[in-house]
Amino acid sequence: MGDEIILLDFWPSMFGMRVRLALAEKGLKYEYKEEDLRNKSPLLLEMNPVHKQIPVLIHNGKPICESLIIVQYIDEVWHDKSPLLRSDPYQRAQARFWADYVDKKLYGLGRKVWSTKGEEQETAKKEFIECLQLLEGELGEKPYFGGEKIGFVDVALVTFSCWFYAYESFGNFSIEAECPKLIAWTKRCKEKESVSSSLEDPHKVHGFVMGMRKRFDHTCPMALSCE
Amino acid sequence: MAEELKLFRTWSSVFALRIVWALKIKGVEYETIFEDLSNKSPSLLQYNPVHKKVPVLVHNGKPIAESLVILEYIDETWRETPLLPEDPYERAMARFWAKFGDDKVLTSIVWGVFFKEGKEQEEAMLEAMEHLQFLEDELKGKRFFGGERIGFVDLALGWLANMISIFEEVAGLKMVDEDKFPLLAAWMQEFADSPIIKDNWPPRDKMIAKFQALRDAKLAAAASK
Repeated sequence: MGDEIILLDFWPSMFGMRVRLALAEKGLKYEYKEEDLRNKSPLLLEMNPVHKQIPVLIHNGKPICESLIIVQYIDEVWHDKSPLLRSDPYQRAQARFWADYVDKKLYGLGRKVWSTKGEEQETAKKEFIECLQLLEGELGEKPYFGGEKIGFVDVALVTFSCWFYAYESFGNFSIEAECPKLIAWTKRCKEKESVSSSLEDPHKVHGFVMGMRKRFDHTCPMALSCE
Repeated sequence: MAEELKLFRTWSSVFALRIVWALKIKGVEYETIFEDLSNKSPSLLQYNPVHKKVPVLVHNGKPIAESLVILEYIDETWRETPLLPEDPYERAMARFWAKFGDDKVLTSIVWGVFFKEGKEQEEAMLEAMEHLQFLEDELKGKRFFGGERIGFVDLALGWLANMISIFEEVAGLKMVDEDKFPLLAAWMQEFADSPIIKDNWPPRDKMIAKFQALRDAKLAAAASK
């Protein structure tokens, strides 16, 4: 079966990384195309006319947009290998709920942590840690959010971990001090080849964020489609 | 084992209505608990500690929150009359449009157009029109977003069929012009009149009063800044 898979992506995007991770989990070969978000390609604009954002997965010429929707698509098409969502409807609902929670909260708060100062930054840091602690509670004693193996929520969240160094550095705080279990979970995930090969180097990400901070208006080219 | 199904909702929440519609389509019986969000019940806080919002579906004691998550749960648990298509690509498209409805359409119409006035409202209106055009295009050749019958996207966008006319009346402007958006206007009418849907709309006069009060409060708050 000749599957043609293309991923339109932007290297520091934690949303793009989710797709890279899902593809790696399924052992799929694909063509990676780096987008310059300040100069979007005609292909990106054609494949995602609504949001004009990455990631976009193009499977046999047909585009799928929105990272969690793409991950679910990948999981459903290549359902025989490394399932990310369990088969029980209640467990699936819980996984979708927590992945949605990560989307609603973490990106926005994280951005405030690296781009604001003073009281606004302190508030963002506090809320950011509260979110991570809530997620820690959800993880509980399980090795992964997915249970014995990585699942949908692990994929949704672990890609943020390569941004932690940048958040900590510009926010002047330690995530490990506040959320040791979560950091332990990120290390456990990174022992898997699919995860370590999909996450970017935290120092590279830090450099990218530093570049954004220097811009007068702190615009982030990879704004969430819902912002 | 007798199924125990409870839906926590408010009289006016359009998100909760999605669940009412879905359960009606599936022909499933359930108990309704109406919440007063200014005085949330201990049960609601127990079942949805993270967001403390409605709707929450509680099935045999286990809670599910977030309306689109609940819809997928309902579809996977009661498999007759499917809401989502079978084909993975079509499912991805359905999820995409439902999310677009919440992230973009709802945001621009409610927070951009309805709760604003003057120049801010004009700018938000342009954005809202762009979003509505995408929906108009998506309806080409279809009776419903789901095809021949109501599906996941119709339920997700169904609030348009009732709320637009309420917003238009309260804010005193036209949002969905039948000339500009003939397919969308036709869909809104067909959806609103569907047997499953039409008996469940909240009382119009109460909605007008509620949203008039909300708009007045938002505009007053903005003016006093």
